[in-house]
Amino acid sequence: MSEIKKFLYVNRKAPYGTIYAWESLEVVLIGAAFDQDVTLAFVDDGVYQIVKGTDTAGIEMKNFSPTYTALGDYDIKKIYVEKESLEKRGLTVDDLLDLKWEDEDEDWAEKDSIHVVSSAELADIMDDADITLSF
Amino acid sequence: MKFSIQVNEGPYQHQSSDTAYQFTKAALEAGHEIFRVFFYHDGVNNGTRLTTPPQDDRNIVNRWSELAAEHELDLVVCVAAAQRRGIVDEGEMQRNGKDAENIAPGFRISGLGQLIEAGIQADRLVVFGD
Repeated sequence: MSEIKKFLYVNRKAPYGTIYAWESLEVVLIGAAFDQDVTLAFVDDGVYQIVKGTDTAGIEMKNFSPTYTALGDYDIKKIYVEKESLEKRGLTVDDLLDLKWEDEDEDWAEKDSIHVVSSAELADIMDDADITLSF
Repeated sequence: MKFSIQVNEGPYQHQSSDTAYQFTKAALEAGHEIFRVFFYHDGVNNGTRLTTPPQDDRNIVNRWSELAAEHELDLVVCVAAAQRRGIVDEGEMQRNGKDAENIAPGFRISGLGQLIEAGIQADRLVVFGD
C-alpha cells in the first residue's frame, strides 16, 4: 500500500456522554501506523474534546484527555478547530490543550498543532480530503 | 466504482444499518464493487447471530449474512469495539476465556487497520451513522 491518501477525522461530539470521541481517537492512533496524510478537525461539541483541565472523576470514566497531547508523537500535526464552534461555546484557543509537534527539519523545534479556522476554511479542508471519517 | 462502507450504529436502534445495507445492495445491483463493509461503534451489533426480531420485522443480521453469501462480501467487525460489546467469534472466545461465541455467518472480527485499508483501497468510503 504505497499510495498516500488524505484522511480527515471530523470530531463533532462531546468527549463523554457517548463513546464516539474515544473510539474516534482509537482509529486515529491505529491509522497513524499506515503512513497516510492525517488531519483532525474539531467542530460543534467536538471542541470540548480538547479543552484543558478535564476531570472525569465524578463520572467514573477514564480520562483520555492526555491521549490528545500524545498525538504529536504519532506525527499528527494538523489539527483544525472551527472558530464559530469555539465562539458559540464561549471558548478561546487559550481554553484548549497545548498540542505540539516537533519539527525534525528544524532541530526538533516545538510547533503548535492547533489552528483555529473559520467554517469556510474548514469547508475547503474537507473538500481537499480524500477520505472523511466523521465521528 | 469501488466502495467501502462503514456502519457506526446498532441495528433496530438506528436506521443507519438499514440505509447502509440498502446502499450496499443498490451499489452491487448497479454493478459497483464493495471492497469491504466495516462495522464500528454499536455497528458491531449487526454481527451477532443471536438477534431474534419479531417475525413481521426485517432481520437485519440475516440480511447482511445473505448479501455476503451472495456477493462474497467482506463483513468486518472491529475487534476493540466488539470486545466492549460482547460480539465474539471462536478465536476471541478462546483468547478471552469466554463460554460462547455469537458471530453471524459471513462476518469476521479484525482490527481497525482494516478500516484504514478499506479507505485506502476504495474509490469512496461511505460512512453511515450519527
